Amino acid sequence: MNRSYEVMFIVRPDMADEDLNKLISTLESSVTSAGGTAKSEVWGKRRLAYKVAKFNDGIFVLLIIEGSGAIVHEVERRLRVTEQVIKFITVRMDEELKRLEKIKKIRDARKKTSAAAAPVTPATAEPGTEPAPTAV
Amino acid sequence: MADEVKAPTAPAVAGGTEGRSEGRTDRSDRGGRGPRPGGGPGGPREGGRKYFRRKKVCKFCVEKIEAVNYKDVRLLAQFVAESGKITPRRLTGVCTPHQRRLSKAIKQARNIALLPFAGRVQ
Repeated sequence: MNRSYEVMFIVRPDMADEDLNKLISTLESSVTSAGGTAKSEVWGKRRLAYKVAKFNDGIFVLLIIEGSGAIVHEVERRLRVTEQVIKFITVRMDEELKRLEKIKKIRDARKKTSAAAAPVTPATAEPGTEPAPTAV
Repeated sequence: MADEVKAPTAPAVAGGTEGRSEGRTDRSDRGGRGPRPGGGPGGPREGGRKYFRRKKVCKFCVEKIEAVNYKDVRLLAQFVAESGKITPRRLTGVCTPHQRRLSKAIKQARNIALLPFAGRVQ
């Protein structure tokens, strides 16, 4: 049940810092009260690639959430309701993170076998090397 | 000619991409020039140019960039044309799985106004 999501949203550029912090803390508390973890990163003011709600710049905020889909649903609802938020996108990250972990593990295992010339059981590496020459 | 093609790729395969299914599907994708005659190698339509112009390699496979995120605009902008369109795989030399991920990331970036739908990328 622990899926990880990234919610990136854009806030009007003329919003005050403290209001922004208040908004972020409200979102974070709604996540933690529902039993998830949240982490936020403020990217700051950036130029938008096209006009959104008649603005050319916006303040980008990234919110990393771990929890169930219902939590994210609630966060999205709040973002929709907030007038200062002009755009948001939610991306599910847990499959991607799992894949990256797997690749990293394979790479580390491979590095370990090349570093130590001992027959450590890299069952993942061995079948990879064998078929390659036969392809020629 | 098959030898010329396979010889440089064989050590590359052994050295760089053992055990990675992505690497192997790469090779079978581009190395399929040997068994598969379809379409001609470099694209014979292009003014009767000779076979095998300079073989392009997939930037992601070479630099081992695994995570293609919608957030790194600078990386994505390299694969977007002046008009804002995504450049085709045959021009950039990206391999299929990476091109699919790249395309998904570019579309996500467009949605969050990091890249334009049409027009110059600033």
